[in-house]
Amino acid sequence: MLKQIDKAATRERIARRAEREIKNGFYVNLGIGMPTMVANYIQPNKEMVLQSENGLLGIGKSPLQDEVDPDLINAGKETVTAATGASYFSNAESFAMIRGEHLDLAILGGMEVSETGDLANWMIPGKMIKGMGGAMDIVHGAKKIVVIMDHVNKHGEPKILNQCKLPLTGKQVVDRIITDRAVIDVKEDGLHLVEVADGWTVEDIVASTEAKLQIGEHVILASY
Amino acid sequence: MKTIYTSFSEAIQNINDGSTIMVGGFGLVGIPENLILALVESNVKHLTVISNNCGVDDWGLGLLLKNKQIDKMIGSYVGENKEFERQVLAGELEVELNPQGTLAERIRAGGAGIPAFYTPAGVGTPIADGKEVRIFDGKEYVMETALKADFSLVRATKGDTHGNLVFNKTARNFNPMMAAAAKVTIAEVEELVEAGSIDPDHVHTPGIYVQGLIEGKQEKKIERLTLRQEA
Repeated sequence: MLKQIDKAATRERIARRAEREIKNGFYVNLGIGMPTMVANYIQPNKEMVLQSENGLLGIGKSPLQDEVDPDLINAGKETVTAATGASYFSNAESFAMIRGEHLDLAILGGMEVSETGDLANWMIPGKMIKGMGGAMDIVHGAKKIVVIMDHVNKHGEPKILNQCKLPLTGKQVVDRIITDRAVIDVKEDGLHLVEVADGWTVEDIVASTEAKLQIGEHVILASY
Repeated sequence: MKTIYTSFSEAIQNINDGSTIMVGGFGLVGIPENLILALVESNVKHLTVISNNCGVDDWGLGLLLKNKQIDKMIGSYVGENKEFERQVLAGELEVELNPQGTLAERIRAGGAGIPAFYTPAGVGTPIADGKEVRIFDGKEYVMETALKADFSLVRATKGDTHGNLVFNKTARNFNPMMAAAAKVTIAEVEELVEAGSIDPDHVHTPGIYVQGLIEGKQEKKIERLTLRQEA
């Protein structure tokens, strides 16, 4: 039980930090799972529009019981409402919008990220392959791709690697990684440590990251 | 002007063993519920089905799976279905997974006379294996080919006797592209109206893409009911 609470708290910490990536006026796609949680922490004075790749620009709150419309879902197939000013369209239009780089930001989950910003988040060889859904398109679409994930896997091993071991979702696509321990930017010359979460040191982050991290003078400690 | 069916079994009677069919919907939203039920009853076999998902175990395309009517599935996410997993592992079902935007665009291309196109989705991943990769403006793109079908089964909220269709909210999804990409498109509509009663400016799918229509009452099962509490 304690472990579950820890996990929930960790996810909330990541989601709250990821929320800070969303600027006023942004069009944003949130991936299924933990990224969807980011919507729960949007600051009240921030205006932004959430895109759902199944054909909705302007995801609203979850419905009240008497507002449920079975024809209105998000990409995770959950019932939603449409926000004021929303629009509906086909999946072809939706992905034209995505590939055409009209979205400002996409926040996705990750299994592994490499030093060069490769992302693996869709299949584990030997396990049932369920499909990539829209992730392979989205990683090439939004102007900024942020991956949120735990810093290490359940065995305590790094998920930020020299090279991904799992089959890729996209090559050189990630701009920023936000974990429960740190914020790391992917740049031309490699990975840069930008922020360290409360309770961790720069040394902790280096020790739990396989890929080489560049550590500048301006790393923000106890950032979130 | 269009064929208006009164029975679902009649509407799908030309779908034969080995047909390739596109079926509209995202999850269970916007699926032609009664046309799928009629296909199950018809017991046609060896179908190639093109649809984003493959239903759930007891509804939608999952019913066709359970009845072992599908030989090959082309989709983007098939994780909602235990029988699907069983058949894939047993080698009874062939699967071709596409990035969702690639799937949508392949279908759109099929209906729009575009044989192939280049997309960044899948470059550097197993999806690009064996496909042409070409550089435009310094960036890599993979070539994907159009998809067409013998039949498309789509669902609209409203259709008129000229085949014009209007979709509801996120039930539009893959339905408009599929309507254009098949030799024969059958639209299951919640409400069938006379031509002229839909404002031409409000038509989502022009009637030229639709060959037959049938009115059908939908159950609209909900996969993941998610509610908020009163504030």
